[in-house]
Amino acid sequence: MTDLSLYILDITMNSVRAGATNISVLLEEENSVLTFTVKDNGCGMTREQVEKLSNPFFTTRTTRKVGLGVPFLRMLAEQTDGGVTIESRSEKEFEDHGTVVTATFHTDHIDFIPLGDLTETMITLIQGSPDVDFIYRHTTDKGIDVAMDTAEMRAVLGDSIPLNSFEVLAFIRGFLEDQYAQK
Amino acid sequence: MKTLAELAAIREQMKDKVAIRTGSGEVRVVVGMATCGITAGARPVLNAFVEEVAAQGLADSVKVTQTGCIGICQYEPVVEIYEDGKDKVTYVKMTADKAKEVVEKHLKGGAPVAEYLIGNI
Repeated sequence: MTDLSLYILDITMNSVRAGATNISVLLEEENSVLTFTVKDNGCGMTREQVEKLSNPFFTTRTTRKVGLGVPFLRMLAEQTDGGVTIESRSEKEFEDHGTVVTATFHTDHIDFIPLGDLTETMITLIQGSPDVDFIYRHTTDKGIDVAMDTAEMRAVLGDSIPLNSFEVLAFIRGFLEDQYAQK
Repeated sequence: MKTLAELAAIREQMKDKVAIRTGSGEVRVVVGMATCGITAGARPVLNAFVEEVAAQGLADSVKVTQTGCIGICQYEPVVEIYEDGKDKVTYVKMTADKAKEVVEKHLKGGAPVAEYLIGNI
């Protein structure tokens, strides 16, 4: 993967597949440290599953024998002297279940990669999961402050118009791009 | 600056259209969006399908959806097309440009683009 927005798409897809109805994607950059957090209310994982997660030969899927999403993210974070932490509460054990993945990156490290197109990542997520409530927030100490809440948009649109109608996706793309252009 | 007030205007414009759209959907375009697909470039392929289907006026009959790993990671980005009464068609090693061509020639024109099919690579 060539830019961070693709890693973010890949990791957030895990929340989608965990059956989450609420997913927050947060990016915060301060003093050249970028913190990426994805928080969901999906099915969660047991402690054993979380421990195995960074092993590329662990996966719950049956179509292939490897799972590279989290190992890729960890490799990228660690090569910039950052890291990844995962906290999860399995639905088997907890009423308020879900997962929080936090990754930190040093953006001034030579091995950090470009941020990429975060708007396209959010558009792709909404296109695939129009009924999920996505919260997106990206702030930096250099003046970027972008926020989006799809529950608010759904409240305006009503139940009959899906968020992944192309007209609505075009609006959301503009909504995010305008905020990025403010900087 | 776009505001949520603009969304209310979109809602008014779309009221009648959506009823038609949910009533049909006989063609499904399915893009593999697991780690393998994303790494190989599935995101621009998916978004090219969404945009081109709309641009060609096919949004009422063609539904673009996402799936996980299809199991042939070496051929990603993989796109499957399901059409009522026809065999499934599998396109492999797709790009945004190829996606546009598939919308025009296959989804609009009715003839699969043979050179991008899984049997021909």
